[in-house]
Amino acid sequence: MDNQSILEVKGLTKIYGTAKAVDAISFSVRAGEIVGLLGPNGAGKTTTINMILGVLEPSGGSVEIFRNELKRNRGNIMERVNFAAIYAHVPGNQSVWENLYIFGLLYGVDNLKEKISMLLKEFSLEEFADTKAGILSSGEQTRVALAKAMINTPKLLLLDEPTASLDPSTALLTRDKIRKYAAHEQAAILWTSHNMHEVEVVCDRVLFLSHGRILLEGNPKTLTREYKKKNLEELFITIAREPLSLEITS
Amino acid sequence: MKLKRVYAIFLRQMFLLRRNKTRFANIFLWITLDVVLWGFVTKYFSSTGTVHVDLVSTLLGAIILWDFLIRVQQGVMVAFFEDVWSQNFLNLFASPLSVKEYVSGLVLTSIVTSTVGLLFMLVFAGIAFGYNVFVLGTYLFFFLLTLFLFGLALGIFTTGVVLRLGPASEWFAWPIPFLLGPFAGVFYPVSTLPALLRPISKLLPPSYTFEGMRTLLTAGTPDISSLLMGVVLAVFYVLLAYFFFVRIYRLVLRNGLITRFSAESMSG
Repeated sequence: MDNQSILEVKGLTKIYGTAKAVDAISFSVRAGEIVGLLGPNGAGKTTTINMILGVLEPSGGSVEIFRNELKRNRGNIMERVNFAAIYAHVPGNQSVWENLYIFGLLYGVDNLKEKISMLLKEFSLEEFADTKAGILSSGEQTRVALAKAMINTPKLLLLDEPTASLDPSTALLTRDKIRKYAAHEQAAILWTSHNMHEVEVVCDRVLFLSHGRILLEGNPKTLTREYKKKNLEELFITIAREPLSLEITS
Repeated sequence: MKLKRVYAIFLRQMFLLRRNKTRFANIFLWITLDVVLWGFVTKYFSSTGTVHVDLVSTLLGAIILWDFLIRVQQGVMVAFFEDVWSQNFLNLFASPLSVKEYVSGLVLTSIVTSTVGLLFMLVFAGIAFGYNVFVLGTYLFFFLLTLFLFGLALGIFTTGVVLRLGPASEWFAWPIPFLLGPFAGVFYPVSTLPALLRPISKLLPPSYTFEGMRTLLTAGTPDISSLLMGVVLAVFYVLLAYFFFVRIYRLVLRNGLITRFSAESMSG
């Protein structure tokens, strides 16, 4: 594990019955780095993220965050980790402000009210502060989820398709915001997306997952040349359709 | 354990109560109906002159204490259901929150809502039907403690069951106190039950409370060791329910159900 490494995953495995959802994957994410976790549906991306969050017990392997084993120090570690996922909106029966306040307490945030004001402004949510989160549009709810993900200024941020329900303009602003955040806070970010253009723009490095295994890893800007593909999307489609042939040709 | 996180779980429930006043119905509506119904039943039987015990203290008093137990159970359960209904488990358990802090938050919520409910019932029954809880004297502490602890145990146990079987099993959680009621000696002495069923009552802490209360009101002094037995048994059930919940929590972490907690996902 190098000194800059914030997340270190070693031989991480999840088996359901006889099916291997994640098959002994190993990777790390360094401070200030944005790593894209790519792969077709069912490749094991969300399972991997859930194991890193500690809400799914691995069948094997280990997760180290800030050089601490997750299963031994989860409470302390998670105070500096956060996540946003398209399938995990904040409770719709509370206002945006109430949600941020509750999660701020859970994450042990100091100067919480000031932090909430800042986030509401940052994510253009000020006018919705007293609105129930559940009646917001899906794009607005995604912004609330992102604001919640930033509430504790995490040093490790896990984003599962964070821009999937945002319009192109807001998605662009959000990508820019997260890139700046990673650079400014030296935060490690693990990002899943099916938008290959987004991945090329945002990620410093990508990991291609298929059938629970990492098939290839590298810089999204150079991988396409290495594998003689026109762009990342073509590479993605190749892996999704013929993961084994790609393994052999590589 | 960090108290701030326990407070967060409690505060979420207070925000929900403030935001939607219909939630107050669960605290006040049913207990009001119960006090009214049983208050008049008591009044009617008293007026016939065929009953020679203080029915307001024995029957209405028992109903109020039994309702307190139900409020305690539902205080835990409804707070948990709010997270089920809003599919909030992933957000909660991906945070630094531990299962101990979460359960403590549910318990704190239950303490506040059930205490408010109890005080309301006592004042209302006092004004409407002349009920005076203070006739129970210092024994009231034992009675309330036993019922409170057993209510918590039922609340934690039922949430564990729903966590394991999924939201569709919610139907199982609501009637549990009503299933236990016939054996708890709320409405009649345990000796009324057939001999075959009496051992079930011995396993239920509320039976010690209600038997003790009747003895206090009719004969004078209840058996202290019996009251203590009720408390000890209730503590045992709280611990058992907590370990059950933790075990279920570990199981749903292992099989991944906590990350996709919905009725559909649990059906297999």
